[in-house]
Amino acid sequence: MKMKFVTFRGGIHPPEAKEATEHLKTEKAVEPTIVVIPMQQHIGAPCEPIVQAGEIVKVGQKIGEAQGFVSAPVHSSVSGIVKAVTDVPVATGNEALAVIIESDGKNEIDPSIKPKGDIEKLQPKEIVDAIKEAGIVGMGGATFPTHVKLSPPPEKNIDTIILNGAECEPYLTTDHRLMLEKPEEIVYGLKAMMKAVGVKKAYIGIENNKPDAIEVMLKAIEKEDEIKVVALQTKYPQGGEKQLIYAVTNKEVPSGGLPMEVGVIVSNVATAAQIALTIKTGMPLIERVATVTGKAIKNPKNILFKIGTPVNKLIEECGGYATTPGKLILGGPMMGNAQHTDEIPAVKGTSGILVFDQEQAKQPNPRNCIRCARCVEICPANLQPLYISENSLANRMEQAENYRALDCIECGSCSYVCPARRPLLPSIRVAKNQIIAKKREQKNNK
Amino acid sequence: MDDKLIVSSSPHILDDDTTQRIMLDVAIALLPATIAAIFYFKGSAATLILLAVLTAVATEALVQKIMGRPVTINDFSAVVTGLLLGLNIPGSAAWWMPVVGSFVAIAIVKQIFGGVGHNFMNPALAGRIFLTLSWTDRMTAWITPGVDAVSTATPLAALKEAGASVPANVPSLMDTIIGNTGGSLGETSAILLILGGIYLVWRGVISAKVPGIYIGTVAVLTLLYSGFDIQYMLYHVFSGGLMIGAIYMATDYASSPVTPKGRMYFAFGCGLLTTLIRLFGAYPEGVAFSILLMNVASPLIDRYTSPRVFGEVK
Repeated sequence: MKMKFVTFRGGIHPPEAKEATEHLKTEKAVEPTIVVIPMQQHIGAPCEPIVQAGEIVKVGQKIGEAQGFVSAPVHSSVSGIVKAVTDVPVATGNEALAVIIESDGKNEIDPSIKPKGDIEKLQPKEIVDAIKEAGIVGMGGATFPTHVKLSPPPEKNIDTIILNGAECEPYLTTDHRLMLEKPEEIVYGLKAMMKAVGVKKAYIGIENNKPDAIEVMLKAIEKEDEIKVVALQTKYPQGGEKQLIYAVTNKEVPSGGLPMEVGVIVSNVATAAQIALTIKTGMPLIERVATVTGKAIKNPKNILFKIGTPVNKLIEECGGYATTPGKLILGGPMMGNAQHTDEIPAVKGTSGILVFDQEQAKQPNPRNCIRCARCVEICPANLQPLYISENSLANRMEQAENYRALDCIECGSCSYVCPARRPLLPSIRVAKNQIIAKKREQKNNK
Repeated sequence: MDDKLIVSSSPHILDDDTTQRIMLDVAIALLPATIAAIFYFKGSAATLILLAVLTAVATEALVQKIMGRPVTINDFSAVVTGLLLGLNIPGSAAWWMPVVGSFVAIAIVKQIFGGVGHNFMNPALAGRIFLTLSWTDRMTAWITPGVDAVSTATPLAALKEAGASVPANVPSLMDTIIGNTGGSLGETSAILLILGGIYLVWRGVISAKVPGIYIGTVAVLTLLYSGFDIQYMLYHVFSGGLMIGAIYMATDYASSPVTPKGRMYFAFGCGLLTTLIRLFGAYPEGVAFSILLMNVASPLIDRYTSPRVFGEVK
């Protein structure tokens, strides 16, 4: 296979650590007895619950109504009885409103679930509406509502869709497996998106550490003239939206802007597969795949689970803990969030459940910055993380802003390479939050 | 089990390289040149280098204790400074010279400004300059390698006398490359210093660009000055402190710019100043002064070479 591997400037090469699960077929999780479905599993306004305790619900039935345009409805992933609508601990570390449903094990499907028809016959608006009603969000982990992405303002001239199959986070293998196991679904979902936005050009970007996925996807698009598979250099954060767009199209998304400024929409391969499922069967987003892995997991797996399944149940299904867990991360090790408990529900954005042993969880001891400039060399946004961090720690937020803190994509590469173990990204995040808060305040005062 | 889970901000994995590992790598890279120094200048070299290293480490620990800071001698940065200082004095030096030099380097140049990473000048070079200015005779009393060390002129001093050509009284080019010539303890063996440099580039500790541009600039300028006398150029490249300076001191993190472009300007500036001092200055050698001058200019260079931010519209 002769292909040019494209990429972006900067980046790092963390150990991939995908061996444990990359060759394992996706397994279906055991039917959960209880699901806990949070009303907010997306970026945007939380849903309002539309069911009450004691009510009977079916699989795919809407249980939370979206509030506003940037929001996504949630649906029941089981059939059974609503036990409670209450606040529960969720992955953000806080409590949030959720609908708790006890499954009757029958998996009766809601009568509203019907195939949406052939994409050739569907109108663009019908496709976008179907995606919106199905509660589909970016399944790479960012969980931005997909229908919003597919509804660009008319003055933006969108000409390209890029599907993200880079999966540059170490440990995670769900997208990899999906590309091997359901390539036609991905292509079908991509074609639906192309029709929805009216574009004639699409790419599927895959890192070259997944040659089998590249091969399978190339085969799947054999008859598609408008879709190309692009092999990307294996490098973190190759799957970062702006980095991916640059690698594929050579265009830079302007600072502070969205991909649509350069005529591009980026979506994840898993999102595309879900869109295909929704159009073909009418089923909303009620299940997804996560990689359950890490040193402290006995039998790592790629597992298809129903939204709302408690994380500890999924871990149990992977043989439980192999040793005392030290850190529990939802997502990958570079951008995922550490959790203080495993008694939280797995949701639409849960692409990975990564558990470290106690040794791996040890916190480093930060030392003086030695100005080695490795953070400057690898920053994919071309920032100087050491100076943003230094100013942030000294509470000089204006200086931090001058060093362009807001352009940070929070990929964590700087913290990763820092030989002095300095908390670069955490301190840059503080700066970003304070700068944004101040801007908001100034705007409100006007 | 809940209270045992560690919660921290991402990323959750870190590269293996640490400050300690980097400093250890620099010390390892200097080992061949250190052994050569002991081979050429015998026992006195071993004593002087050892005194420099021990003083550096002891001073670091002492000053940190007094200032109430955590003692960080286990990061090996004081070892590197001591080693570089030891390699930067002549074989004829008295025992107290490396002691004074290392003390000044660590206590004044490094710790008073905040410790590792905060020194705005290379501590070992500043220590060397302090010694040179205070005891000029002793710091330029070069001797020939070997047991029956007699006083000698360095190849650079001979070149300076002769003007823009190679005089007859210089050692053979081969001797300057392998280090069998007069000069500071560790600076003479160009070949072993390059060997250590290759190790540092391979380990990712330094970029080959900085020494490459520095040495390249000296080579081009001396070639032009001599009317394309390649031998003259080679003497400038392989003699004096250029190799040790370009590979081990101009690449010092704390005292050089952090931007990729800035580091290149920095290296070019070092090369230009070194050549100017060597050819037109009062001293035969200009590596130490050039690097220190460029050290001071580093913050300015950084300011004017900020990389263009991804997606920035100018």
